[in-house]
Amino acid sequence: MPVDIDIAKVAKLARIALTDEELARYGAQLGLILEHAERVQAIDTDGVPPTAHPFPTTNAFRDDVVGPSLDRDEVLSQAPDAIDGYFRVPRILNEG
Amino acid sequence: MTGPATNDPADLTIAAAGAALRTGDLGAVELLDAVIARASVTEPHLHAYLTLDRPGSRDAAEAADRRFAAGEPSGPLDGIPVALKDNLCTRGVETTCSSQVLAGYIPPYDATAVTRMREAGAVLVGKTNLDEFAMGSSTENSGFGPSRNPWDTDRVPGGSSGGVAAAVSVGSALGGYGTDTGGSVRQPAALCGLVGMKPTYGLVSRYGLIAFASSLDQIGPLARTVGDAVDLLEAVAGFDPKDATSIRGDVPPMRRSLDTGVAGLRIGVVAELTGEGIAPAVAAGFRRTIDALAGAGADIVDVSLPTAPHAISVYYLIAPAECSANLARFDGVRYGLRVDAASTEEMMAATRAQGFGPEVIRRVLLGTYALSAGYYDAFYGQAQKVRTLMRRDFAAAYEQADVLVCPTSPTTAFTLGERTADPLTMYYSDVCTIPCNLTGDPAVSVPTGLDDHGLPISFQVMAPALGEEMLFRVAAEVERLSGFDARPALATSEVLAP
Repeated sequence: MPVDIDIAKVAKLARIALTDEELARYGAQLGLILEHAERVQAIDTDGVPPTAHPFPTTNAFRDDVVGPSLDRDEVLSQAPDAIDGYFRVPRILNEG
Repeated sequence: MTGPATNDPADLTIAAAGAALRTGDLGAVELLDAVIARASVTEPHLHAYLTLDRPGSRDAAEAADRRFAAGEPSGPLDGIPVALKDNLCTRGVETTCSSQVLAGYIPPYDATAVTRMREAGAVLVGKTNLDEFAMGSSTENSGFGPSRNPWDTDRVPGGSSGGVAAAVSVGSALGGYGTDTGGSVRQPAALCGLVGMKPTYGLVSRYGLIAFASSLDQIGPLARTVGDAVDLLEAVAGFDPKDATSIRGDVPPMRRSLDTGVAGLRIGVVAELTGEGIAPAVAAGFRRTIDALAGAGADIVDVSLPTAPHAISVYYLIAPAECSANLARFDGVRYGLRVDAASTEEMMAATRAQGFGPEVIRRVLLGTYALSAGYYDAFYGQAQKVRTLMRRDFAAAYEQADVLVCPTSPTTAFTLGERTADPLTMYYSDVCTIPCNLTGDPAVSVPTGLDDHGLPISFQVMAPALGEEMLFRVAAEVERLSGFDARPALATSEVLAP
């Protein structure tokens, strides 16, 4: 049976502004895909550790040596909006 | 539909072109010009490339010619025209991931694989089309229109590395690099009659590869021969401090056993990946290759991977979960598209809605759901546990066999539009390739023949982690036994006539 999900909440969490029609379509498609995925839940995994990564990795340290960084102006040249060496976004605080 | 190779340098293997460059029979600029000329004829039919770097490639070819003139070539890739999937960052050359959200993005740095490729003397012809953010199996999910298959332009080249596969197949590059998260190098290689290889996870640095699913992504070569694929991989493999998952230690030898053959090797036929769901022509081609390997002295054994049938379901929990986290960075702040809105949050949501295509939105939503409170253990956590079971299955199978084999793609190339209506049908395209992404092991696809429609059939070889020497040894024998040297219709047809 297709999985029923709160697609509007998921879209909000994902920061994607969708119309009601799009929400309905994606909700139905995700329900079918998750029905497929639910087969995974039937597999007995008692006592099985998860694999987050194909091979065990520990912290990968490098020597603490100062090296060159990316050129700031070259980086900011790709930003939709920048000012005085910073990325600029619409106002996020309400005060004056 | 196919014919003999032409005398055009664009049809040379990397090995043959390299030999001609070293003797001076061929110049690097001359070779590049042949490849660009081929592209100018075939691109209107294929749309393999998003960007051709004409000035950059010319400079690189001229530099290669100067090294040859001085008697100081850099190695087997020096002067070789190479195509790059457009999710690998190239400083100064637009890099889009085939997404409108990154249209116009000029990276301020090269991916490590790109740096190494350039140091090896390779000439970057251009950036090739892909399914948006590498999510797809046909290149139809590109935000800039699909690519087409040189063997039949009504059909898809596979995906997500469909553009680079089409380019190398038709001769608008001699080799290329793609990325493989669930089969995205091997499956398009299979559909376009090429060798395509996914290295052991961590063998090639992912620094500068725009991430899709970080625990699965791996850069790999596409080429016309196994030997060419080895040259391409050796140029970029090896530890990189900029990638925390990069394998420390030596790169395994890859070339030294190419001529050893398979006598005495145990070749395991995976029961779950060779039966139901495999098209008859693909199954017949697979069986012919198995018989030939047996004739060459290999010991053919039947093996079972009980969890393999669950690989797609596991993948479509893990990959979307990781992609939903990775793609959070496309929010209209630092690069790419911004859709203006009153607040920052509304700006981000509007930017992502307009910039992402349907498959990307589908997977980001799926991953967001699978990682959200209350569902994490049931979906992502459980999928990770099954991933452990799959690794155990493979370990057990490698007790019985030196390599495992199955078809690469369950079908030959399908037509445009055939699988776009139902996401699950498209997802099934990767049934045979996904398991090795989940285990991290290396795998390679080798073309072995053509079906009744003149479309390539391929054979997949899988080996244990860092077993590249064994992998290429078997692949080279499959290549010899099949004698596959057909060329796509578009590379030999009248469109190339002057």
